[in-house]
Amino acid sequence: MGESTITGARIRPAVQLVGLRKVFGTAANEVVAVDDVHLEIGEGEFFSLLGPSGSGKTTVLRMIAGFELPSAGAILLEGQDVTRLAPYDRDVNTVFQDYALFPHLSVHENVEYGLKVKGVKKTERRRRAGEMLESVRLAQLGSRRPSQLSGGQRQRVALARALVNQPKVLLLDEPLGALDLKLREELQVELKQVQREVGITFVFVTHDQGEALSMSNRIAVFNHGRIEQVGSPRDIYDHPSTSFVAGFVGTSNLLNAALSHRLFGVDAVHSLRPERIRLVHAEVADGETCVSGTVTDIQYLGADCRLRVTLDNVDGTTSGDRMLATVASDGLVGVALGGPVRLAWPRFAAYTVSSTDPTTDQTTDPMRVDFTGGTPP
Amino acid sequence: MNLSRAARWVLRGATWLGLAFLYTPLIVVAVLSFNTATSLSWPPKGLTLDWWRKAWKVDGPSDALVNSLQVAVVATIIALLLGTLAAFAMQRFTFFGRSSLSFLLVLPIALPGIVTAVALQNSFSRTIDLGLFEFRIGFGFHSLVIAHATFCVVVAYNNVIARLRRSSANLLEASADLGAHASQTFRLVTFPLVRSALLAGGILAFALSFDEIIVTTFTAGSGFETLPQWIFANISRPNNVPLVNVMATFVMLVSIPLAWMAQRLSDGDGIGTGR
Repeated sequence: MGESTITGARIRPAVQLVGLRKVFGTAANEVVAVDDVHLEIGEGEFFSLLGPSGSGKTTVLRMIAGFELPSAGAILLEGQDVTRLAPYDRDVNTVFQDYALFPHLSVHENVEYGLKVKGVKKTERRRRAGEMLESVRLAQLGSRRPSQLSGGQRQRVALARALVNQPKVLLLDEPLGALDLKLREELQVELKQVQREVGITFVFVTHDQGEALSMSNRIAVFNHGRIEQVGSPRDIYDHPSTSFVAGFVGTSNLLNAALSHRLFGVDAVHSLRPERIRLVHAEVADGETCVSGTVTDIQYLGADCRLRVTLDNVDGTTSGDRMLATVASDGLVGVALGGPVRLAWPRFAAYTVSSTDPTTDQTTDPMRVDFTGGTPP
Repeated sequence: MNLSRAARWVLRGATWLGLAFLYTPLIVVAVLSFNTATSLSWPPKGLTLDWWRKAWKVDGPSDALVNSLQVAVVATIIALLLGTLAAFAMQRFTFFGRSSLSFLLVLPIALPGIVTAVALQNSFSRTIDLGLFEFRIGFGFHSLVIAHATFCVVVAYNNVIARLRRSSANLLEASADLGAHASQTFRLVTFPLVRSALLAGGILAFALSFDEIIVTTFTAGSGFETLPQWIFANISRPNNVPLVNVMATFVMLVSIPLAWMAQRLSDGDGIGTGR
């Protein structure tokens, strides 16, 4: 954990969070939003804070920006303690979820704002704002009001308004959340490109695991105010360290202890990605685990199909254990709804994960397909 | 929507009829202010500017006009100050009794004028004994200003809080985030955002105070007369009717641009919506 192999740019940390904690509410009725968060974000990194809503990721971002005061712990920017500094005394800038563009100012004036309040000369700030708008391809819209722009354009103005100040760290609070899918994907690429060009550290809050995986150098997965895992997208996806991460990032089969014991002889929860499972038509290869079961659902997704399978016991009776397998659509010969099927996966594809109370995790993300097995708790 | 030719003409006719009903009396008053005859006869016998000249020479109408303007201006300033402060407090903080207070703030405009009038008249005429000292508010310019401010506060408050509610709360954070101190944020973001709402609220408050007559009658006392009071007193004196017409027309001419401006300002022009 913590080692970034992709950036190679981690000379020193741009942001350090030490034992960060935030409690909301009164003493009698307190809500712990963030608890014991330790994090080091390297200079020039594209770092994502990923988690379901209410997991504390946005609160962490707001504490870095200075909008919230931590209840405990410290925040360091390039080694300097800024925990108690006001937002305007911190060298960070934020791209807000609703952009928060000033409606009474033109696009150009919005971008100039940060320079203006810092006393940069008029000609100088005109020039810099102009260049910034040029780089987000909005140069010709400088005189418009934000209300006259599309969502994607507003997003780019918000980005330009923050970046023109050349902050040490740019904080982005679900900046693509309000946009439709197509535009989102476009802006993901664009945002990543901008980050590479300017080389500024990006701290990116999102609940979209796909977004986090595709854009980040590293990801911290949040759940209930705590960090569950920190690592590169590959680490997180291939080696989820907890059952929450396995379920939240991508789709996972969480094989409960009893099933794991039967399959691997190990009494621990295992995570298995559905796409690592293949259909067995003839022989099982060496080093593979094989199970048989009954197909309960076939979901056609185009190139792939998603099979829901109820596993058989050793004696051939139906167990309650279910499994999700993603297989190529053209390999789906001889598989029918209600019919028998044999599944296999390389033994190393199943990972031991520590169980973090899956009963509460289940409610965190409605999009998630969760298969923790059929044994009642 | 598709309407038949006939239906369209009927609707068009109804619209003009409605407008005629609303505006004919105003036009009649305006024209009669130039009538050579003293009586309210129609059509006018001839046109003259005599009444307009005379209205400014005699004491009654011009004094009353100046009184009304002074009361309206001072009451508006007080209302804007108090209403804006209240709106900011209500928007920014949550506290016990917040919604009740909000209701109490807007109640004066909903209360029948006569109730407010009686209540204020009672309080102003009474000697209030506070043990250490006693005082009586009494009647005159100051009592009118206080009375008018009670309902003018409401429009100022309503206008400003509506604008604040429509503005994204993030705007202030965004400003601080970009390096602006509290005073800069107020000057560059907060004030510009509420400026047009303040102006619109101010115009409305002014208009409310300027033509108020019920509360005014009860709280002005005998030595002080506003324009509406003067008009009311003189409409029954045949000799002064032309002067009444002049004053009414004058007020109308001044009100039209103000009303137009107030409407332009309170309409969404993209400002304050945040999106």
